[in-house]
Amino acid sequence: MSTLDDTSTPAKVDAPAAIAAKPASLAFGRWATIVTIIALIVAPLLVRNFVIFQLTMVMIYGIAVLALNILTGGSGQFSLGQSAFYALGAYTSGILMEHFGINYALTLPIAGAVCFAAGFLFGFPALRLSGIYLALATFALAVAMPQLLKLGVFEEWTGGVQGLVVTKPDAPFGLPMSQDMWLYYFVLLITFVIYLLSVNLLKSRSGRAMMAIRDNEIAASAMGVDISLYKTLAFGISAGITGVAGGLGAIAVQFVAPDSYTFQLAIALFLGMVVGGVGWLPGSFAGAAFIVFVPNIAEGISKGLSGAFFGVLLFVVIYLVPHGARQGAIYAETLFNKLRRS
Amino acid sequence: MELFVNQILAGIATGAIYACMALAIVMIFQAIDHLNFAQGEMAMFSTFMAWQMIQWGVPYWGAFILTLIISFAGGVIIERVLFKPLAKAPVLTNVAGFIALFAIINSVAGLIWDFTIKQFPTPFGSSPFLGSQLISTHQVGMIGVTLGLLVALFLFFRYTRIGLAMRAAAAMPESARLVGINTGWMVALGWGMAAAIGAIAGILIAPVVFLEPNMMGGVLLYGFAAAVLGGLSSPFGAVLGGFLVGIFENLVGTYVPGVGNELKLPIALALIVTVLVVKPTGLMGHTVVKRV
Repeated sequence: MSTLDDTSTPAKVDAPAAIAAKPASLAFGRWATIVTIIALIVAPLLVRNFVIFQLTMVMIYGIAVLALNILTGGSGQFSLGQSAFYALGAYTSGILMEHFGINYALTLPIAGAVCFAAGFLFGFPALRLSGIYLALATFALAVAMPQLLKLGVFEEWTGGVQGLVVTKPDAPFGLPMSQDMWLYYFVLLITFVIYLLSVNLLKSRSGRAMMAIRDNEIAASAMGVDISLYKTLAFGISAGITGVAGGLGAIAVQFVAPDSYTFQLAIALFLGMVVGGVGWLPGSFAGAAFIVFVPNIAEGISKGLSGAFFGVLLFVVIYLVPHGARQGAIYAETLFNKLRRS
Repeated sequence: MELFVNQILAGIATGAIYACMALAIVMIFQAIDHLNFAQGEMAMFSTFMAWQMIQWGVPYWGAFILTLIISFAGGVIIERVLFKPLAKAPVLTNVAGFIALFAIINSVAGLIWDFTIKQFPTPFGSSPFLGSQLISTHQVGMIGVTLGLLVALFLFFRYTRIGLAMRAAAAMPESARLVGINTGWMVALGWGMAAAIGAIAGILIAPVVFLEPNMMGGVLLYGFAAAVLGGLSSPFGAVLGGFLVGIFENLVGTYVPGVGNELKLPIALALIVTVLVVKPTGLMGHTVVKRV
């Protein structure tokens, strides 16, 4: 596929993907990063408020897709239940803000911690399952979550079917910007931090242990990797990050209700991961952009057939780049280097 | 006690629906090694075709046979056109393809036949069976057809050359190719058969759940659960799983206090997960031995 990869690593794009093993030519990587960061900082100054909101949502879903990527691309476990953790995070933030009056920024670490604990615990029964069976178990979680949130017992806190209205924060220190714009920068900062932490996590000892489990569980355990610890840990971390995304989502949308977090959300996050490239972290945000914008585009082409056009566009993407945005990035890199040499 | 027996009967009746669907899911799983998320939508589309033919005045059984033939051809065509190019792509990309197919079929069916609920005729009649209010003759017919289908499939896979070739192509594609089996066409054949079985399931289910583009949503979930519970490698397990899920669901709804319709599905799924944790390959599944 790419001649560049061949020199340093056996280009094995077929595997769930090699996260750490992508020694992109420095020049291209650096340029891409600089351009992206500048574009992200300047973008809100140039577009309407609604587009700023959409970009914010892209980043929030991007964080959630990233979390799934750590789980699937990193440790090789498959989950259709991410929407449940997203919901848990959203509700934790929402309830803390509305019932306890805690500052929105402070609710995020708590949402993350709660989801980490939930994910870690869920990881234990999940240890016994793999592949399709794990998919079904996580799927059960995704289906159960909206129903649990509607239960009368929790209604005092969750607001039942009606949901909770969350106040949108103003810009602090009297900064002259709209709420949407402030939220954009706030989310951008958190995205940046989470992204860096995730990249470092996967490069660390724990990350390597997870990838060893993904590639060959038995060999990994023979090498002394504690399989159950790292598998449950991967679940916990993934759930925790998803929880933070959920909290941010609640703040951005200003509303949490059980039916916003159905199984469809889990499917959307999954599609985001595939479109972005399984195991390639920057792709998470490309995938998130796909799940935020493409349904709108499809709706724009035809109202009645929006589902069909969404499906067709999805097919087009997976035909062109079966390995997701990662493949696109490799093409771009090859092109860049050709241009530079000529 | 009578309540208990009645609930079990009702469970078997709904279980038959899930069993049909689970059987179709397992069929395609055996042929292509993936769970096809679009299976339910394919079945729904076939059912609509049958309905349309009946509306045009084709007799019931004629429409039934025609639908099976068209669905079979449709399944083969979908595989050849849409999924063959993805054969080398990663598994998860294939799953995304199924989701895309789901969206397309659902949306097109909605456009052609709109979203109003339609009645679907039954050849078995809908009077109470043996005086029981809970189970109708249609449901008994449905159970009969499911079991008949199961036997036919068993014979097909066990005793015909082509059945053996299909099993070989699914289990060990490379070795199968070496002994001269055209594995590509075996996969297409699997899709065709799954589409046809799905069509039978859809036509049998439609009189009970009514016909509309989203009719398969719930059924597919239970069908998946049933297939996984029974073990994805075993058609018999799938049917057993279907009945078990149906009975589970009814008993939970009746005996556990505070469980409305809303919580039936999560509880049924939780039970299934519990079963899986104890027996990770499902009730009737074979343990796959992995080489290191």
